[in-house]
Amino acid sequence: MSTILAPGSRKGAEAMQTAALKGRSLWDDARRRLFHNKAAVASMAVLAALVLAAIVGPWLVPYRFDAINKNDVWAQPLQAGHLLGADALGRDLLARLLMGLRVSLAVGVVATFVSLVIGVLWGAFAGYVGGRVDEVMMRIVDILYSLPFIFFVILLMVTFGRNFILMFVAIGAVEWLTMARIVRGQTLSLKQREFIEAARAAGLRQRAIVARHIVPNLLGPVVVYVTLTIPGVILAESFLSFLGLGVQAPMTSLGSLISHGAQDMELAPWLLIFPSVVMVVTLMSFNFIGDGLRDAIDPKDR
Amino acid sequence: MLRFVFRRLLIAIPTLFVVVTLAFFMMRAAPGNPFMGERRLTPEVERNVMAKYGLDRPLPVQYLNYVGGVLRGDFGPSLKYKDKSVLRIIQDGFPKSLLIGSLAMALAAGVGVSLGVIAALRQNRAADYTAMAAAVLGVCIPTFVTAPLLVLLFASKLGVLPTAGWPAATQPWTSAWRYLVMPVVVLSLPQIAIISRLIRAGMIEVLRSNYVRTARAKGLPEHSVVLRHALRGAILPLVSYIGPATAGVITGSLVVEQIFQLPGIGRAFVISALDRDYTVVMGVVILYAALILLLNLAADVLYALLDPRVRLS
Repeated sequence: MSTILAPGSRKGAEAMQTAALKGRSLWDDARRRLFHNKAAVASMAVLAALVLAAIVGPWLVPYRFDAINKNDVWAQPLQAGHLLGADALGRDLLARLLMGLRVSLAVGVVATFVSLVIGVLWGAFAGYVGGRVDEVMMRIVDILYSLPFIFFVILLMVTFGRNFILMFVAIGAVEWLTMARIVRGQTLSLKQREFIEAARAAGLRQRAIVARHIVPNLLGPVVVYVTLTIPGVILAESFLSFLGLGVQAPMTSLGSLISHGAQDMELAPWLLIFPSVVMVVTLMSFNFIGDGLRDAIDPKDR
Repeated sequence: MLRFVFRRLLIAIPTLFVVVTLAFFMMRAAPGNPFMGERRLTPEVERNVMAKYGLDRPLPVQYLNYVGGVLRGDFGPSLKYKDKSVLRIIQDGFPKSLLIGSLAMALAAGVGVSLGVIAALRQNRAADYTAMAAAVLGVCIPTFVTAPLLVLLFASKLGVLPTAGWPAATQPWTSAWRYLVMPVVVLSLPQIAIISRLIRAGMIEVLRSNYVRTARAKGLPEHSVVLRHALRGAILPLVSYIGPATAGVITGSLVVEQIFQLPGIGRAFVISALDRDYTVVMGVVILYAALILLLNLAADVLYALLDPRVRLS
């Protein structure tokens, strides 16, 4: 940009105005496109219902998720007051399912947040500083990328015991790599833009430029990736729980419910089927929302 | 090309080194040791056993010994199965995992490419929507859900396939294949879904390109345009998917081998991790890390061979 419009000139004011309008309409456009996407809208409704159920549900069900009822062992759905039946210990499946959903969603959100923080900071810093630092930082990401992750998460769980918080951190620490790559790529192209040069010319310190100008502009792709990371994390947690390395009994998650349901499926198929359905519906809604957001925010990608 | 391969192999060395180091120290940080089994050992015996495997020496010494062994191709003895070496366990389990994994990949490639091509040719029509809806389902239904459901249906209810297990070596292949059907299908489903989406996207883009229009204008029959011209371009993204696909199949095999009780390396890994069988765990991690590195490299080389526009550097 070599010509600078004189401040106060009609042309400059006009240009600024259209720029401002255009800037806002970009997000408006995205929102409009998103709400035109039926699958995404339906998924948002389903997901909202699931989240609500996971938050308040466990308090509304007349049974506690870990209450053992000797008389209701293997109760079938709709039997003995158990809407979705009961398991080998007579524990109410609905109560357990709601609790499991709560745990899985919580793991998904927290671990994604961990990966978001690490990934965005790492990627933005590498991309912004560039040069040697960038090369080393991205080489580290490359190396970590080629590790068989799931093995390391399994090792972590074995090493430090099945600790709830550690599981968040472990999965989050594994998921940040893609985020770092996306953010770095985006930062590299942002860095060339005029407003960054303006910020630098105004004497802003590097850290402030990264935090206040680069990071907010990364929002689009990051939001998309976050909605696609959450189901990935839920899947990873369920996978660990399925192998017997996830949350510890009597606490439960969708994965451990499915795992136990699979063991008892001959006797009590409902113990497998209901948790599986909830799991699949949850994952699908996240995926549809993610796809919808991507199409909405970055339409040229289609 | 050769220089590129050489450089990548050079980069693989520090990566594997990181793998070995991380695995070693993580495993040792774990509380407990491989000898706290069913029978409690007297402290004296335990000390002797630890000494036998060199586990009583300082950690750095153990580490150097281990790395030295690995460099010489010696992964040590299993600490749990007294008469087996780690290499032996890998030799027993890996071919089975490899067989299941490669069959699943082959099935996924065949079905996935066909579905993707059909969906692209029938874009925005019923066949397209059906295939893509199935693909979304395939991505969202985890293996540990499909596997028990299939067992419930085909083994328990219909009784046409065995529930689990690996065929005995003496069993003729005419009946042995039944044991492989469900594991292979379960493992391939998510890959089919991803591959069909990749191919559909690639085909739609390529079908609009000029060289396909030229091929049509030349008067080539449609099947020739699609299979010989368009598909060649559309299949490229599949090549770069080889790496992630391998990782996906390996991860999936952990679950599948558990559910179908296949004596593969994935099951050995999970059992060893729970048993603190340090040497087996590290051996398997190194094996898989090397495998993933190698396949990623193969994918890059293949990509450059297929697409001359790509320069390896």
